[in-house]
Amino acid sequence: MTEDNLIKVGMADLNVASGGAVLKTTGLGSCVGLTLFDPDRTVAGMAHIMLPSSEIAREGQLNIAKYADTAIPELLRRLLELGANKRRLVAKLAGGAQMFAFAGGGDSMRIGPRNVESTKLALGSMGIPIVAEDTGGNFGRTVELNSQSGIFVIRSVQHGVKEI
Amino acid sequence: MELFNHNPDFKMDVLREVGNIGAGHAATALSRLLDKPVDMTVPTVSFVPFEEIAERVGGSEEVVVAVFLRVDGDSPGNMFFLMSRVQAAILLQVLLGIEVAENQEYTELQLSALCEIGNILAGSYLSSLADLTGLTMSPSVPSIAVDMAGAILGYGLLQFGTMGDDALLIDTTFLKGEQEAEGHFFFIPDPQSFERMFVSLGVPLE
Repeated sequence: MTEDNLIKVGMADLNVASGGAVLKTTGLGSCVGLTLFDPDRTVAGMAHIMLPSSEIAREGQLNIAKYADTAIPELLRRLLELGANKRRLVAKLAGGAQMFAFAGGGDSMRIGPRNVESTKLALGSMGIPIVAEDTGGNFGRTVELNSQSGIFVIRSVQHGVKEI
Repeated sequence: MELFNHNPDFKMDVLREVGNIGAGHAATALSRLLDKPVDMTVPTVSFVPFEEIAERVGGSEEVVVAVFLRVDGDSPGNMFFLMSRVQAAILLQVLLGIEVAENQEYTELQLSALCEIGNILAGSYLSSLADLTGLTMSPSVPSIAVDMAGAILGYGLLQFGTMGDDALLIDTTFLKGEQEAEGHFFFIPDPQSFERMFVSLGVPLE
């Protein structure tokens, strides 16, 4: 694979790819890396979701890629533009870890699991099935999705490389 | 942030001095622990896009040893003490006489020792700030992780996450004597903490 067909997705960012290009996002901790894939059209999308809900946003100009409830509809819209069929889309996700463990801990300590919950909720409401996931735990992940094969590669420091 | 619309240079200077005092005390504590001189840089204070924050310590996927403390009280925030594995190995070797190979996993005891070092240093950073400002700053129990810098630091950005796409970071690098290994203090006060800090330090807001 050459650098040319690697599309980097930053933190609180989303992007789409087709024709064998690979979407990649690095250093997912409590953030969720969500991918959608249409196997027939071989188009794929990825979002690096940081927070569960835009209801807590206090920013002027909303970055819709940052929140689960706004990033997923936007990702879907971008994929449909690229020719994806909504009924064929399948979701894979990773991340949502709890990097630091504290006794007790407030709500912000559970941000990883909450990101996963609201991502699943949003997918459920749009009727997109989740075919694979690698979420939770207490470790960081880097993920890649191949827009040709739909193979989702997850790398972590402690557990090496895993394909789902 | 609107708070910084007026007289931003002066406010940044104040925060730089805040970082300087905090990290200065922490460097002194580290120097006593090691019984060796510890140099530190002048802190950098800036709004850093989330994407770039991990670049300070070698990139999002770089494996770092991080001690994290959540600070509660009048001026809440997140405190990270970050070091490379090389730096961690030096600390363990000097303090405890433990030799750790490059890619070896840390034992429970080694993690606990590193966590305690981070706790002592962060504690002295924060208590000097509390003395300076008269604000209460109560750190949580420290927690340690050895993982990708991006995954670790993402955690400290959540409070800023609801406000925009960058965070105000007070970063101090320290270097131990002639060794090249470096470590960082990242202090990321919550957005609402700056006003309280400025008020208690007598910095005019407008």
